[in-house]
Amino acid sequence: MTSCEYQQIDPQALPTPTPAPPPHHGNDRDKREEPKRPRRKWQVFPGKNRFYCDGRIMVARQSGVLPLTLGLIVITSGLFFIFDCPFLVKHLTSCIPVIGGGLFVFVVITLLQTSLTDPGILPRATPDEAADIEKQIDNTGNASYRPPPRTKEVLINQQVVKLKYCFSCKMFRPPRTSHCSLCDNCVERFDHHCPWVGNCVGKRNYRFFYTFIVSLSFLTAFIFGCVTTHLALRAQGGKGLVFALQESPGSAVELVICFFSVWSILGLSGFHTYLVASNLTTNEDIKGSWSGKSGEGVTNPYSHKNIFINCCSVLCAPMPPSLIDRRGFLPTDESVQTAGAGIGLAAKSEINVGTKGLLESAALPALLSTSCPQMKPQTAYTCPDSSPAVNSDPSPQLSTSCGARHTASSQGDTSPPRHTKTRSKKRKLAALNIPNPSFDVPVSPTSPDAGPSSKARGSFTPLH
Amino acid sequence: MAETHSLQDMRQQAAVAAKVFIQRDYTKGTVCQFQTKFPSELETRIDKQQFEETVQTLNNLYAEAEKLGSQSYVEGCLACLTAYTIFLCMETHYEKVLKKIAKYIQEQNDKIYAPRGLLLTDPIERGLRVIEVTIFEDRSLTR
Repeated sequence: MTSCEYQQIDPQALPTPTPAPPPHHGNDRDKREEPKRPRRKWQVFPGKNRFYCDGRIMVARQSGVLPLTLGLIVITSGLFFIFDCPFLVKHLTSCIPVIGGGLFVFVVITLLQTSLTDPGILPRATPDEAADIEKQIDNTGNASYRPPPRTKEVLINQQVVKLKYCFSCKMFRPPRTSHCSLCDNCVERFDHHCPWVGNCVGKRNYRFFYTFIVSLSFLTAFIFGCVTTHLALRAQGGKGLVFALQESPGSAVELVICFFSVWSILGLSGFHTYLVASNLTTNEDIKGSWSGKSGEGVTNPYSHKNIFINCCSVLCAPMPPSLIDRRGFLPTDESVQTAGAGIGLAAKSEINVGTKGLLESAALPALLSTSCPQMKPQTAYTCPDSSPAVNSDPSPQLSTSCGARHTASSQGDTSPPRHTKTRSKKRKLAALNIPNPSFDVPVSPTSPDAGPSSKARGSFTPLH
Repeated sequence: MAETHSLQDMRQQAAVAAKVFIQRDYTKGTVCQFQTKFPSELETRIDKQQFEETVQTLNNLYAEAEKLGSQSYVEGCLACLTAYTIFLCMETHYEKVLKKIAKYIQEQNDKIYAPRGLLLTDPIERGLRVIEVTIFEDRSLTR
């Protein structure tokens, strides 16, 4: 192993307290003016996220329909307080606005926490780690130009689990981790990318998400019930529903919104309650990883076999820390490295690996320059939500709620991914002029993944 | 302090000979555990038992951080009732244990690894993926 390309350890990157160069804590906001000032890690974060308040708040690049979600909730609750509460306080009880207000605050807080929290993003492998992994893969004995296996098998609670290699993050993904192509990040315990909250739902914010949808179901059901009671009370005495609606037009709007949303939100809450009780993720449920489709005796190795313990481990476990350390300071020499990590690594692999490196160095830069600079075509498309298909491709699965999408996509999960993969496949073919094997056949016989995620990689592996 | 000072000197002046990465051990699921297998590159620098003891202690500390016990349930329920706003003010159990781990690693580095020309990097700096062991060139120690 050559040591020439390894950089000397900068004391700042190490856990011992060495304040060189002295970071100006919170004194200077604009770190781009003077190149000598240390930059914070969020400024060079490779994923597609946006950061506010100097890295304290993060959102996905595409906020999806989060403004719509917030707007609907605020407007419906506002109309409730303005139109229904005065009447109900007079005729029933004054607890109603109190309960409504409490639920509303709860819903908004949990929604903001779901959207603005790091879902459990795994930072990308450092160039040294990636080189080490590449070396290990190469050492598993292929002298030919056949692409090396990009999966690793581990035994978890007597269950064989395949760990896949993530081309964007340059590491073997831990179990239950998936790469979200919308956010371009690997997320631990990836559930799904929710456009309604504009963020991925993963290990760190699943409990917020669950609390949000459960409290939202209560809020929607509560408002629906109150509005119905209000209109019924107004309409009694033979006056009729139309009269009641004319007297309180806001209630009509609320009624419509609540009627249409209560079913899907209740359905979603029920679905996620089932997932929590069996310690499954939406991703696993849709792919059928543990349902026994792929073989006999396949059980969920992460389940504690007890509903109560499963619920507690998902919702009440100690809150894991954010691994991306977005407010940490960069060592001064790393800021150049991380910016060009994708291209830089291609160069490093060229140095480390022998003949294969020549093949890689020829193919990779060509691929990288013609395809997306963020190496998007290589990322495995594992999000069950058809969000990229929604945004960029007309998808037959276009539906308006996560719940509907989940139930619909179990049937048609393979069709939306093919839209994005077809485009990326065409781009790659154009760049490389090599005959591409069909998507349905895994290119490398040693990586026969069952999920759709391998198919996106399947077209790329000939280069490796 | 003198030991720390020499550690800094060594880091600034020594050349990195190699880096060894101790990967995660997923046999118990997604809990944070590292493989205790002794890497061959360290055979000349440190004895196997010492290294394995370090990794095992780290594993125990991480297990303690993620333990599902009555304390974590109470914390979780309380957090849920307050719409998880207490996470903004309070230091979580996990973070407390991470501080303990950082202290332990620093202590191990100062006492055991630095004198042998090795350096352990806290796994949290690598996203809890690996324990990075940096091997410094021998000649920097014989100054």
